[in-house]
Order: sequence, then C-alpha cells, then structure tokens
Amino acid sequence: MSKKVLLNSKEIEIILHRLACQLIENHNDFSNTALIGLQPRGSFLAKRLASILTNDYHVKNIHLGLLDITFYRDDFRRRDEPLEATDTQIDFLIENKNVVLIDDVLFSGRSVRAGLTAIQSYGRPKNIELLVLIDRRFSRHLPIQPNYKGRQVDAIDKEKVIVHWKESHTKDGIYLENK
Amino acid sequence: MKQLSVEHLLGIKYLNKNDIDLIFETANHFKEVINRPIKKVPSLRDITIANLFFENSTRTKLSFELAEKRLSSDIINFSASQSSVKKGETLIDTVNNILAMKVDIVVMGHPNVGAGVFLSKHVDAKIINAGDGTHEHPTQALLDSYSIKEKLGSLKGKKIVIVGDVLHSRVALSNIFALKLQGAEVKVCGPTTLIPKHIESLGVKVETNIQKALEWCDVANVLRVQHERMDVKYFPSTREYTQLFGINNEILDNLGKKITIMHPGPINRGVEITSEVADSDQSIILNQVENGVAVRMAVIYLLAQQIKR
Repeated sequence: MSKKVLLNSKEIEIILHRLACQLIENHNDFSNTALIGLQPRGSFLAKRLASILTNDYHVKNIHLGLLDITFYRDDFRRRDEPLEATDTQIDFLIENKNVVLIDDVLFSGRSVRAGLTAIQSYGRPKNIELLVLIDRRFSRHLPIQPNYKGRQVDAIDKEKVIVHWKESHTKDGIYLENK
Repeated sequence: MKQLSVEHLLGIKYLNKNDIDLIFETANHFKEVINRPIKKVPSLRDITIANLFFENSTRTKLSFELAEKRLSSDIINFSASQSSVKKGETLIDTVNNILAMKVDIVVMGHPNVGAGVFLSKHVDAKIINAGDGTHEHPTQALLDSYSIKEKLGSLKGKKIVIVGDVLHSRVALSNIFALKLQGAEVKVCGPTTLIPKHIESLGVKVETNIQKALEWCDVANVLRVQHERMDVKYFPSTREYTQLFGINNEILDNLGKKITIMHPGPINRGVEITSEVADSDQSIILNQVENGVAVRMAVIYLLAQQIKR
C-alpha cells in the first residue's frame, strides 16, 4: 500500500482562499446564501470556508448548515456495514435561498444526489450549487459536476483520496492511497 | 458495528443496554426529521410492512402507521374485526397469506401472550410486537424511557413509580425491564389485587400507599385501569379506586417537589388522574406521543437494515 501527498497544508490553505473568493464573486454579501456541509466529512470544509469568509474577507451573517444524508442514501441494505447517521444542523429556512452544497471529495456523485434530495426537506431552494475540494473525474456514476472545485484528480478506482483536517488529525493534508 | 443484537422486536426482555442506546440514538435523528417542514425520508421505499392488529388499538396503530409512512415504506393494514379470523383461520395461516404478498416486516398487536414469539418461529419476516396480551409492549416502554431521558437527562439512579393496574398491564412489564436495564430504581403502586404475585423477583419494590410512592419518586407513570381485561372485580368501585390511587393536584402540591407525570394513554380522566394533572406542565403525556413516532421509526429502520437484498 503506497501513499502519495496530493496537497500539503499550505496548498490547501491557498485553495481554500481561492474558493472563498470565487464564492464571493457569485454570492456578494451572502445575505440570501446558505452554505451546507454534507455530513460527516463535508462539514469540516464548510466550517473552514465559513471561517475564512468571516475572518479574512469580513463577510457577515453567513448561514452555515450541516446536512446528514444517511436516510437518503441509495445503498441502504446493500452494504455489509450498517449506515450510521450523524446530526443535521440547519436552523434557518432554505426556501428561496441560494444553496451551496459542500463536500470534500466528489467521486461517484451518489452522496451529492442524496444531498440534493435531503435539502428539499427544508424547503425549495432558489438554486443549488456544488463546491468540492477534490474532484475525481472519470469516476462519476451520475451526471453531477461541481460549480467550484479545489483540485481535479485523475485516479483509478483502486486508489483512494484521503482528506485529513487539522480539526480531526494533527494537520491538513490530502493523500492518494493505493489499496 | 452498530446493529441490533436481535432479529425481531418481541420484548424488552430480549434486548441489551447497547440495543436501547442505539434505538435512542437513531430516534434522536428521526425526531429531528419529523420536525422538519417535510417530515419524510425515503429510506424504506422498497420495504412493505403489514400492520396486523388482532385487538382494538388506536394510538399504537396510528403511531406505527405514521412512523412507517415517514420512512416511505408501503403499508397494508389488517384488523381482526373485519377479517377471516372470525371465520376460523389460524394465526399462522392469516400471516402466511399476507406474507405471500411479499411483506418484509410484520407489526402485530395480539390479545394472547407470546403471539409475537410464536409467529417469529414460524414465518419468514421481521416481527415487531405491538403488544401481546398482558405480557409486553416493547415500543411503549422504549418511548417511555426515551421521554424520561429527554426530560431528566439520564435514567441512571432515577426513581420511577408505576401506578395502577400493573397486573393487566403489558406496559408495566416492558417498562420494568427497560428501566432496570438502564439503571433506574422502580416501584409499583396499586391495590394489592392488581399487583402480580412475586413481582419483587424482577427487582422492583411494592408500595400500596400512593402518597408515599409519589414522595419517593422522580417520575410517576400512571396506568389505566383495564376493565376490558378484568374477568372478576379487583376493587369495590371506581370511585374508591380514585380516592385511594387517583392522582390530583392536591397530592402533587403537598409533595414539596415537582415530579414528572406520564401516562401511556388512553386516559380515564377523573379516574387514575385528574384533567388538571394530565394537562399540567408536569405532565409529558403529549411528548410521549410525539416521541412514540420517532422511537418506532428507529426500531423499524434498524430492523429493516438487517434485511439484505
């Protein structure tokens, strides 16, 4: 099993700032925008982006939510491991908002599909965009593409992209692991 | 791996503490779901559930039905009063006929003790016991514990008194198992004729004085007097029962502390509990009803998870 560094913490920092600036270009003051991190792993990225927008770019009143998609997944009863739910924290209305779904790695697109269904339970958004840190192209099962992406990666199915955040590990880092 | 240790929910007796914790954890997520603007998830859209009720049941049936619909499962309903059971069909035949229509889970309420266990040995479906005679009513006990936990934070070391017709109550037995499993202290209180013999062997204490019982407890779970299950008279009159075991504001005001009042319903207002108490802020009766849907969703979801495609 080999492990290759795709992005180090400095590169991640630069990418996060670039993504934040791209969001500002399209969402102005964020008054009608909701950032929704897909639980569990997308929530780290969503929180980090929200903090960069608030602290470095002085955007006020960001609507940040975390969305659990467990009950909307299409692999219920089809896996050996049982699915484990996490919390959903959305304390504002989605109705008529510009929603940005946020996840760390876009692979098959199935999680995003589940997220698109799940978010409708909170109202009818005006539109929905997708932001991912790593886009694994050529591995999609569904016609889903990101609006904002940190880095595009060409990886074969046997390889796995692993994202470490300093909140859960000691430092930020993105690795490509060959199983 | 987070999975139930049992294949059916036949009684609390068969569960362990981890099962209860997992059910409560899952119920927390479903409680959030049923408070959303759109209160439905698509998890069980390819699961079919049969609700078989061989005795009158309104709230349990409604609660199960709502839980199943919130999970997007397909449902068929059956009640014995309108069925071939009256024409002499056996339980296994009835259920097998229904299962031939490709049903995955059976929710059954039955007047005979052990009906769920019997069925689980003979048919190929997940069985959820929605009450078997005077034996067990596991989902009611789970939602009661869940409601206490929600109100008091934890059950460990809490003092719960079960008041009333313990003899005919399946809620009481399941509650005793569930509460003891979670480390609560349990007392039962009622007329001696309505307290089963040897109930102490389950690790509960018996008290026949309602005042003393309420002074001792943190939570009082008040049961209905089940006239329909009584073949002989167990107490002289309803009026006397109310005088000796009825809970009213006067008794509660004299306790010097605020206890939590629960009731599995349906309430006989003015018999075991007065309207003022049932509708007071000490009562969590309506929370129990809301939690019932979330807890039943959790049980159905966790059992459905074991059905592999």
